Amino acid sequence: MLRVRFFARIREVVGESQLELPLSAETATLDALQASLGTRGEAWRGALTEANLVRAVNHQVVHGNTPLAEGDEVAFYPPVTGG
Amino acid sequence: MDDLSQEELLRYSRHLVMPEVTLDGQRALKRARVLCVGTGGLGSPLALYLAAAGIGRLGLVEFDTVDASNIQRQVLYATGDIGRPKLEAARERLAGLNPHVDIVPHALRLSADNVMALLADYDIVVDGSDNFPTRYLVNDAAALAGKPLVHASVFRFEGQLSVFDARRGPCLRCLFPEPPPAALVPSCAEGGVMGMLPGIIGSMQALEVVKLVLGRGKPLIGRLLLFDGLGGEWRSLTVDKDPHCALCGPGASIDRPIAYTPDCAGAEAPAQVSAEEVAARLAADGSLQLVDVREPQEYAIAHIPGSVLIPLGELEGRLAELDPARPCILTCHRGGRSLRAHALLRLAGYRDLQVLAGGVEAWARRVDPSMPRY
Repeated sequence: MLRVRFFARIREVVGESQLELPLSAETATLDALQASLGTRGEAWRGALTEANLVRAVNHQVVHGNTPLAEGDEVAFYPPVTGG
Repeated sequence: MDDLSQEELLRYSRHLVMPEVTLDGQRALKRARVLCVGTGGLGSPLALYLAAAGIGRLGLVEFDTVDASNIQRQVLYATGDIGRPKLEAARERLAGLNPHVDIVPHALRLSADNVMALLADYDIVVDGSDNFPTRYLVNDAAALAGKPLVHASVFRFEGQLSVFDARRGPCLRCLFPEPPPAALVPSCAEGGVMGMLPGIIGSMQALEVVKLVLGRGKPLIGRLLLFDGLGGEWRSLTVDKDPHCALCGPGASIDRPIAYTPDCAGAEAPAQVSAEEVAARLAADGSLQLVDVREPQEYAIAHIPGSVLIPLGELEGRLAELDPARPCILTCHRGGRSLRAHALLRLAGYRDLQVLAGGVEAWARRVDPSMPRY
């Protein structure tokens, strides 16, 4: 299983703070996972196609795509600018 | 010059007795020159704690005046300061707090033309601003000047911070290569923010500044610290330098700070209509669609009768609810979000579009004085 977590505005838009998903072709890489989450509905598509999301796997920010493995925790963070 | 007077020795005695500070550390704090960009929610605790800690020179960049809605979190200001320039009120408050600190007000808007010169007089930059154009200007300038930047931002009950020092770790562009479209990111005015959040995160920024000056502890270089106030949780993410970063990577192409325009860059300026005109047209034209793009909790405080609520964040997904063949007027609290909604609807092909100038605030002032204002 993968544990997928959502933060700040993403969590509010999709209405979920975390999901557990089985490892499959749709979740084999970070890009594939994000694309497949984006097909869950209009809100998901909007929140997950934002260009500027921070994506972290096991608490490490990922630049570019990366394969996912059993037990990974994936987290999505939106840019925030309030001050 | 940097020796400490008897009064200062007493004032800083709780610092001096710690092995991590000592007399040498306190002198280093007194020699330090720190530039604080923004004196709002984050800037308030930052400026207060840095001044209290005895930072020698504290530069403050701000051009705003104190608004009644600031006081809930911007604890640098008192109720009596409402309407005053923030820099004037801040300077008074900070001078009263610690007369040994040289407070340097910079009453200006940062731009690509002035940011490098401004940073030249400081050792450390702290970002307490509230918008991406400023954040990227400050990040670019700090990286190009080789100076550490203590970065933070807040949203509702959440906050994040990091230390960007391009000589030793990633910069803001390693995390977010380009600023996001302004339409997608709510400000504090639009998204709201719990007052303690900038208090907590701004205080953490001040601590990072002090650690950098003292050269003690583990600064948040290469780490992004995230706070979820509702969940009561901190998370720490590791961030490496992005080898493709256009600012601090080996193939960097950015050699001067880049200015981004705040909102809707390149978008056609929308037609604005007055509250009075909207009232007359609502009465006369049954086909008019008045769309309120605020949040439901704001709509519940006050709304214009006959308006339809579609929060800005949901607009793109709810276009089917609007008839492109009918005229459409957009409104929000004061007019900011409706400009972004306008840009979004233009892109989606809507043509008969106007924006209610000044939003429901203008309606309350000019059409219906009994409507609550917030």
